Amino acid sequence: MNAVWSYLIAFAVWPGLLFAAPLGWLELWFMRKLVARLQGRRGPPFFQPFFDFMKLLGKETVIPRGVNRGIFLALPLVSVGAVTAALAIVPLPGNPVPSLPGDVVLLLYLMEVPVLCEVLAGYVSRSIYGQVAAMREALLSLAYNLPFLVAIIAMAQEAGSFQMSALQAAPYGVVHLLAGATFLLALPARMKLNPFSIANAEHEIVADSHIEYSGPPLALFKLSHAVELVLLTELFAVVFIPATPWPLLNLLVYLAAGVAVLGGVTLLATATARLRLAQAFRFYWVWGGIASAVTMAATLVR
Amino acid sequence: MNLIERVVAISRRRSPWICRLNAGSCNGCDIEITPLLSPRYDAEQLGVELHGTPKHADIVLISGTLTLRSREAILDIYAQVPNPKAVVALGSCPASGNVFAGSPLVLSESLDSVVPVDVWVPGCPPRPQAILDGIARAAKLLEDGATKSQLQNWLGRLS
Repeated sequence: MNAVWSYLIAFAVWPGLLFAAPLGWLELWFMRKLVARLQGRRGPPFFQPFFDFMKLLGKETVIPRGVNRGIFLALPLVSVGAVTAALAIVPLPGNPVPSLPGDVVLLLYLMEVPVLCEVLAGYVSRSIYGQVAAMREALLSLAYNLPFLVAIIAMAQEAGSFQMSALQAAPYGVVHLLAGATFLLALPARMKLNPFSIANAEHEIVADSHIEYSGPPLALFKLSHAVELVLLTELFAVVFIPATPWPLLNLLVYLAAGVAVLGGVTLLATATARLRLAQAFRFYWVWGGIASAVTMAATLVR
Repeated sequence: MNLIERVVAISRRRSPWICRLNAGSCNGCDIEITPLLSPRYDAEQLGVELHGTPKHADIVLISGTLTLRSREAILDIYAQVPNPKAVVALGSCPASGNVFAGSPLVLSESLDSVVPVDVWVPGCPPRPQAILDGIARAAKLLEDGATKSQLQNWLGRLS
């Protein structure tokens, strides 16, 4: 019973929905504001992502004719649920969930579910644009998952365990730097940001794979993206930033590291134009592959 | 009106997402929308986002003289915008047909007889700040529940 309660609290309160949603909106606002400032604009007000979410909650949901209603409405819910469950496993300071053996595998699986939901959402909507976006998303995930998975697996090899707390407590070494760089390589594509914003190319294919979504389901997809931003940045901070013995200081360091990573990624997104799918694929299989090989070699050498 | 309804109403004013519809325009009005999103006028500080799909839009900007072929398209796209929604007519053409009035290829009627128009932005072409003002007024109407489609829905629920 106790364990069930701790999971529920982790899912719903900290680091789950109650804190992750405002934090995700804060990070979304930060990115939009930074892009605007870099382009010489004023940028959106502080509460903009919150207003967007609330407005979408109050709108009508249009379901296209011939679309399976149940799947259409379930996909955004599954996406938010999976990404929040993944965040609940991350051992942030104060997280009540006990660390289980093998929870890294669970985390990696749960992180793939939102991508799967986006792909399915594109195909389910019966829109040509949605299907093209879904195809691009599915192919791109084959490319960026190589450096992403290798970065985490190399850290597990280094720590000698597939347990999040072991990864967090691993003594700091050169593998951290190499694996961290490999992780950062995969980050822009995972966040669907500019050089790799191929799946949500708003000028070529109108919108991403939720082109046919409107109202509360679209709001849930936006929320899922916001929580995913928090998950990716905090996962980077927890695994690759050395922990101090003081939990409160750890929390501040993790949040600062998350904001710094987002700032760097946004800078890259503002400075670059969109690649073609083949170019992104080649980039990830060549440079991501080299980075992965170097990282794995570094873990095996010692 | 309870607290959540109030927050949603305020959010409608603070986050108007727009979608463009060219119903046979000379592109003069459409090209004046571009500076809205650029550094000079920066509509994003009002929460305005330009979306390609009508499913994500709150406000449809319709520009151009209405041609015989665009009538069905206007009705189709207007129907795809989820409620609550507002329509902003850009320029003189949707109101009167402007210099194209009387042409055999043009619907010689106002846009208001096709879809309910909430805000008219006059000019040929209208200035960007006038378009931004039109969007802001439409967003205020959305907050108050006073766009024509919202009033029609309300009347429909009464009867």
